[in-house]
Amino acid sequence: MSVDPALRDQILAAIPSLRAFAISLSGNVDRADDLVQETILRAFANIHSFQPGTNMPAWLFTILRNLFRSEYRKRRREVEDADGGFAETLKSHPDQIGRVEFQEFREALSQLPAEQREALILVGASGFSYEEAADICECAVGTIKSRVNRARSRLAKLLQVDSVDEFGPDHATRAVLMGNEG
Amino acid sequence: MQPDAPNQKNASGLNREIQSKIGQQLRAIYDDVVQEGVPDRFAELLKQLDKPQVDKTSEGKSE
Repeated sequence: MSVDPALRDQILAAIPSLRAFAISLSGNVDRADDLVQETILRAFANIHSFQPGTNMPAWLFTILRNLFRSEYRKRRREVEDADGGFAETLKSHPDQIGRVEFQEFREALSQLPAEQREALILVGASGFSYEEAADICECAVGTIKSRVNRARSRLAKLLQVDSVDEFGPDHATRAVLMGNEG
Repeated sequence: MQPDAPNQKNASGLNREIQSKIGQQLRAIYDDVVQEGVPDRFAELLKQLDKPQVDKTSEGKSE
C-alpha cells in the first residue's frame, strides 16, 4: 500500500486536532491516542476512498467518530471522566483565564449530553463549518445547529449558576444545582 | 426554512459576555492538546506505514 506523500502530509497535519477531538469523545488520553492510531491505520488502508481535493480533516474526523461509536456501543463509557477528558491534558492556560474558572468550565462541559458536546467542539473549537460538522456526525445541518445552540445555552446556564455562587460552593452543592437544572 | 432564531435566547438571560467566554475557554482547552503537536508514537507509525513491505523481509540483508 502506498499513499501519496501529499495525502500522508495532510494526515500528519490533522493529528494534533484529531487527538483533541478524540480526548473530548473518549474522556481519556490513552484511549484517545488508541483511537487516533486506529484512525490512521484505517485511513491508510482506505485511502483510495478519499477523494483528493476534499476535506481531509473532515474525512479523518468521520472515521474516528465512527470508530468511537462502534466501540462505545460495545462497552459504555464506564468510567465517565469528571472533566470530560481534558483535565489530564491541562498544562498551561492563558493567564487571563483563572484556574478555578477553567475547572468550572470543564465541569460544565462534562455535564453536556455527548452529542451536544461533540457538536460544540467541532464547530466552536475544531473550526468546522456547520455543514462539515453535519457530514462528520452524519446528521442534518439543522440538527447540528440546534445541538450547538442547546450546548451553548446549557453551558451559559451552568456557568451563571456558578458565578452567582460567590461564596465558593463546594462540589456537592454544585452537583445538586446542576442535577436539578432542566 | 430553518427555524433559526439566533437572538431569541439573548432575551432569556444568556449574556454576550458569557458566550464569548465559553468560546474562549473551549478553544483554550482544545488548543492545549493541539499544541502538543504530533507525539512520537504517531510520527513513528506514519514512518512505518510509509515503508515498503521490503523492510520487513530484509533481516538477512547485509549492511
